[in-house]
Amino acid sequence: MTDELIARLADDIRPVRRGALPRRLLLALGIGAALAFAVMLPWIGLRADLPAAFGQWTYWSKFGFTLGFAVLGFVAAMRLARPGGNLRRPVLGVVALVVLLGIGGILQILAAPPEAVRELLLGGTALVCPIYIVVLSVPIHAALALAMRRLAPTNLPLAGFATGLAAGGASAWVYAFHCGESGLPFITIWYTLGILISALAGAALGRWVLRWR
Amino acid sequence: MLAALGGDAAAYRRLLDELGRLLKAYFARRLGAALAANRDDLVQETLMAIHTRRLTYDPTQRFTAWAYAIARYKLIDHYRRSRIRYTVPLEDDAALFARDEAGDTAARMDVEVALATLPARPADLIRQVRLEGASIAEAARKVGMTETAAKVSIHRGLKALAARFAPGDRDDR
Repeated sequence: MTDELIARLADDIRPVRRGALPRRLLLALGIGAALAFAVMLPWIGLRADLPAAFGQWTYWSKFGFTLGFAVLGFVAAMRLARPGGNLRRPVLGVVALVVLLGIGGILQILAAPPEAVRELLLGGTALVCPIYIVVLSVPIHAALALAMRRLAPTNLPLAGFATGLAAGGASAWVYAFHCGESGLPFITIWYTLGILISALAGAALGRWVLRWR
Repeated sequence: MLAALGGDAAAYRRLLDELGRLLKAYFARRLGAALAANRDDLVQETLMAIHTRRLTYDPTQRFTAWAYAIARYKLIDHYRRSRIRYTVPLEDDAALFARDEAGDTAARMDVEVALATLPARPADLIRQVRLEGASIAEAARKVGMTETAAKVSIHRGLKALAARFAPGDRDDR
């Protein structure tokens, strides 16, 4: 019986291109981000001053920060899609990213007049921002999880954390096209919170969602 | 495996045959007599998984390590699915915490295969000194050589092996 199976499998072999694994995950991430845009546009739309924002460095710091999360999550997911991968370096990258922006935030607070500090920390959307990020991460996470199930993660909670991190980062990146906040402290706290919730949800669900046969 | 990833069906078939044998032993050792009936199912499931997920094999890593990792996942999944609770008397728990020797065994087999390509004497010297921890003097006495000659022989043997198994020459990965 096993011999029959082997014969069948051997007949079915098609060459595997180099880089097939990153390509698959990247495709899923792209599809997921497109879906997140498709959800966001009719729902909350883009920020009204988007063209003007393209000229501000705060917008690009937000852009880079969120994209950094997405890239780190993607790298982590790529490693954990193979048996025995670990998270150490991507997590160090995440910590570095948060520390970097946090330092920028603290400098901004120190330089600001006292009455502006509240605005820098809380903006006008402090509590809804993480919620939007988590909601928009759902389609991205779904696409990534579907791709991940067809790979070979052996540590499911960690793999879920990685896909959640990538989904949260990409979702925050999409959300930045809507969000009009520009305080670095705001972004450090509330964006990170949203992304972290997404990653932890991924870790909690990984055991069921990513299980493969 | 590299040939198989490139689409070489004959090489792939040999690889799967070999893997099938290794996996049979792997699962038989871990399932115990009571569950031996599940062994062939697990072997087949693992072979299927290795086939459909072969793109997750990283050619810079050892192939056997990857294959056994998939087998281990399948084994754990099997335990979970069949809700087997292994109860082991506390004093017998050493087996639960024993290290996984599959990798060592495979590596050891590789070494033996490699040593077999050398003439008998240097192979014997290398085995004694490098694997079994004998001193060069002891090993030299056993095979009836001077210490210096033994040293040279070991050095040449290792060099020959290094040349033979230099990157790019291996076909079994």
